[in-house]
Amino acid sequence: MLQVSIYRYNPEQDAEPSMQDFQVDTGGKDLMVLDVLELIKGQQDTTVTYRRSCREGVCGSDGVNINGKNGLACITPLSECVKGNKLVIRPLPGLPVIRDLVVDMSLFYAQYEKVQPYLQNDTPAPAIERYQSPEDREKLDGLYECILCACCSTSCPSFWWNPDRFIGPAGLLQSYRFLADSRDTATEERLARLDDPFSVFRCHGIQNCVNVCPKGLNPTRAIGHIRGMLLKRAA
Amino acid sequence: MVTAVTSLSRSGLSDWLVQRVTAVILLAFFGFIGFKLAGGVSYAEWSALFAQSWMKVFALLAALSLAAHAWIGMWGVFTDYLTERLMGGKGNVLRIGLQLLTSLSLVIYVIWAVQIIWR
Repeated sequence: MLQVSIYRYNPEQDAEPSMQDFQVDTGGKDLMVLDVLELIKGQQDTTVTYRRSCREGVCGSDGVNINGKNGLACITPLSECVKGNKLVIRPLPGLPVIRDLVVDMSLFYAQYEKVQPYLQNDTPAPAIERYQSPEDREKLDGLYECILCACCSTSCPSFWWNPDRFIGPAGLLQSYRFLADSRDTATEERLARLDDPFSVFRCHGIQNCVNVCPKGLNPTRAIGHIRGMLLKRAA
Repeated sequence: MVTAVTSLSRSGLSDWLVQRVTAVILLAFFGFIGFKLAGGVSYAEWSALFAQSWMKVFALLAALSLAAHAWIGMWGVFTDYLTERLMGGKGNVLRIGLQLLTSLSLVIYVIWAVQIIWR
């Protein structure tokens, strides 16, 4: 029997959060963490609350803190995270808890919105589409795959302390995705908005974001590229 | 709200660059000092070393670098941990107070260092 401990908090009833223990029969299978949550919700306690949708690592809904490391519950197998037959599941750290494992992502989305994550081009639109060379398209690899699960930003101490000022790894990865896009013409405006002591420069390069990204992306490298562009612009 | 008003240069890029350049200068200076000390020095040799103009410039450069590096670093620490978000209104008072204290101390140390080195 797998020992599972889940963070419980219902602000309408509980004075403070607590951990609730469950015993789960995995049938000897290497289940995903989400399967364990489903087993608990289906068989033991229907009030356990979490977000989920696609259950295959595409939607980014079920980012949680699993045995101390952020990840997507649906694509994290027990063999990868369970140590000593114990599984501890908490909400993503640093964001306000709405209930149990569900966090309020408003701050995260507000930072995402700040980088204006859409293509901006002030030249007349062509008849069909804006072409891009295969080489220019390649520059977007490792950037466009982000699913905004918030695992990276909520593992970043700089984002914990200044979530209102520091854009965070997820937002900055998306910022660079548009800075690097050959079809985007708003590069100067984008960079001008990032040149303050907080938006980019709160990153101290500890790479927690790289360590947890379920899609294997590297926000620290993207932040390095942004710094390089800011330096080039100012030099 | 945490602002950049007490940061060294008010610009993130500039602070970041200064932090890195001063780190290299400090590494060179303390590496050199460590190397000299490891070889064993007498008072006369030490005094002669610091009597040379290039060493005075190098030492003053290191002192200025240390002040700038510490200013930026401590500003980063204070604006992370001593904020209204984490501590309420007293976070602002504590942060501004400690920042002013840090800046003032660093300026005093630099003046003191000039006095020692260029005596």
